[in-house]
Amino acid sequence: MTFHGYLCEVDNPKDLVELSKKVRDSGYIKFDTYSPFPIHGIDKAMGIPASVLPWLSLTGCIIGLTCALTMQIWMNGIDYKIPLSGKPYISLPAFIPVTFELTILFTAFFTVFGMFGLNKLPTWYRPIFNNASIKRATCSGFFLSISTLDNNFDESKTRLFLEKNGAKNIERILD
Amino acid sequence: MDITNEEINRVPQVLGNKSFKKVTEIISKPAETKAPKWWFIGLIGSMSLAALLFSLIGYLIWDGVGVWGLNNPVGWGFAIVNFVFWVGIGHAGTLISAILFLFRQKWRTSINRFAEAMTIFAVICAGIFPGIHVGRIWLAYYLFPIPNSMAMWPNFKSALLWDVFAVSTYFTVSLLFWYVGLIPDLATFRDRARTKIKKIAYGIFALGWNGSNRHWLNYEKAYMILAAIATPLVLSVHSIVSFDFATSNLPGWHTTIFPPYFVAGAVFSGFAMVLTLLIIARKIFGLEDLVTIRHLENMNKFILATGTMVGYAYAMEFFMAWYSANQYEAFAFINRAFGPYAWAYWIMVSCNVISPQFFWFKKLRTNIPIMFVISIFVNIGMWFERFVITVTSLHRDFLPSSWDYYIPTWVDIMTFVGSFGLFFTLFLLFLKYLPIISISEVKGVMDIADPHHYDEHKEEKS
Repeated sequence: MTFHGYLCEVDNPKDLVELSKKVRDSGYIKFDTYSPFPIHGIDKAMGIPASVLPWLSLTGCIIGLTCALTMQIWMNGIDYKIPLSGKPYISLPAFIPVTFELTILFTAFFTVFGMFGLNKLPTWYRPIFNNASIKRATCSGFFLSISTLDNNFDESKTRLFLEKNGAKNIERILD
Repeated sequence: MDITNEEINRVPQVLGNKSFKKVTEIISKPAETKAPKWWFIGLIGSMSLAALLFSLIGYLIWDGVGVWGLNNPVGWGFAIVNFVFWVGIGHAGTLISAILFLFRQKWRTSINRFAEAMTIFAVICAGIFPGIHVGRIWLAYYLFPIPNSMAMWPNFKSALLWDVFAVSTYFTVSLLFWYVGLIPDLATFRDRARTKIKKIAYGIFALGWNGSNRHWLNYEKAYMILAAIATPLVLSVHSIVSFDFATSNLPGWHTTIFPPYFVAGAVFSGFAMVLTLLIIARKIFGLEDLVTIRHLENMNKFILATGTMVGYAYAMEFFMAWYSANQYEAFAFINRAFGPYAWAYWIMVSCNVISPQFFWFKKLRTNIPIMFVISIFVNIGMWFERFVITVTSLHRDFLPSSWDYYIPTWVDIMTFVGSFGLFFTLFLLFLKYLPIISISEVKGVMDIADPHHYDEHKEEKS
């Protein structure tokens, strides 16, 4: 049985934001909060920096644009020329629709799979799933966990700290 | 329930002071209880129609396109009409999920899952028709730029090829958008699952989601970016569909108004379809407090606005036919309204232009039986719009000796009916096995989800 950290519960979104602020201010970094929906302002309360996902999307966007133009110019303008209605072989205006669609397609792939990558999804097993109470995090519960990997973590002090700050149902995360 | 204009901004998104748990329970109920009898009857009916669709496709491939009613000038019949009809229906789903999301229209949360599902199933139905109408189905791979031994590439200057890219991108992006939205709700279903099979099945697709706010941060960003790219995408898709017609030199098709006119028509028909399905589902599953009369009223306003735009486009086409002083163009439009297909034209006008005008009146806009009837009229009218555009423009060729009258065969008609079977099969399965309303998003717009709701001054008030 490895001990992974503490899991505790609060009553509502406001308490979760308040508790996160206290945990953040006490110097904890490796902690997380769980809620059935994203809570407004919790990223600041937890001190998480903004998501880097938009840069991944932009990468997808540029790759899609480049691929689409290269493909069409090479296929219709160089490798297999189709003389059509007096248009030049490389007719950029006529290439716009496909370019646009592929740009969107690549952006979407990079956005979705980028998000999976940043969130490490799919991860079907996490030690936290051993705690039955976490099931309520997808329904009506609001939880906070502090990992043993955090430098400030101390088995008794952290527990005391959570108790003092109004956390309920403190459980150990084990696997 | 009566809402006055002064109160409208303060109407809660979810009625009846519900807790988060209650919302989860209401939405999970259809998936957790035994399916009612009507569901089985509906599923058997839809599946038989879907089977009919696939057998007729088999017959078509076996026998050739001669089994359809196409003739010499009318080389494009039900296949393109059904394709545009189904693709158009899909557009309301993306509009609700993406455009209304960007505009922060919170009322969309209770209908977006439903509408997105409809989009995906409608695009599946749409994709079948161009796939089977190519005649020699074994050459369908010509549609894609696949390296082949003939060293040929597709023609990227063709509007039909643009369509291949537009529709396949649209389907893929809609599916990704829908799935991303589903992940947290699938996790909810996983955590509520009582049987092993359900736990594993929902668990696999929930990808191990646990509601972590570190995940929500990236998730929300991804959702927003998807909405931002789906918005121009949905506008582009029906514009490109309209290019199939507009880039050809045929009177009645060759008009610059087509892209905006098609997009408005698509949203119009899609909202009507969402409304038809939602009115039934809301009643059957007891979702009246989540999908309130105000949601339905808002949708009716969309139907009124887009229906009026479509009516304007019909009028403008006639004006341009006269103003262009082009006799072929003028003939095409006069023939449309008074020629052999006048019956189709006037069905279209009465369903699309006249019927939504009833929604100017609040009494009618909030009356469920009336909106149901009008939504059906709009569905019919929009199918006829595509029929009118396609067939009336083709059946009078430049040479009067080629003129003919297009009559669909039973195969044409039953293939179309069969596509409804496929649509409803998928839809009924969705109603039974997936969260039909976005659980996490509905919770997110409730008053109790806002941390400031618990602030001191609020508590004093209540």
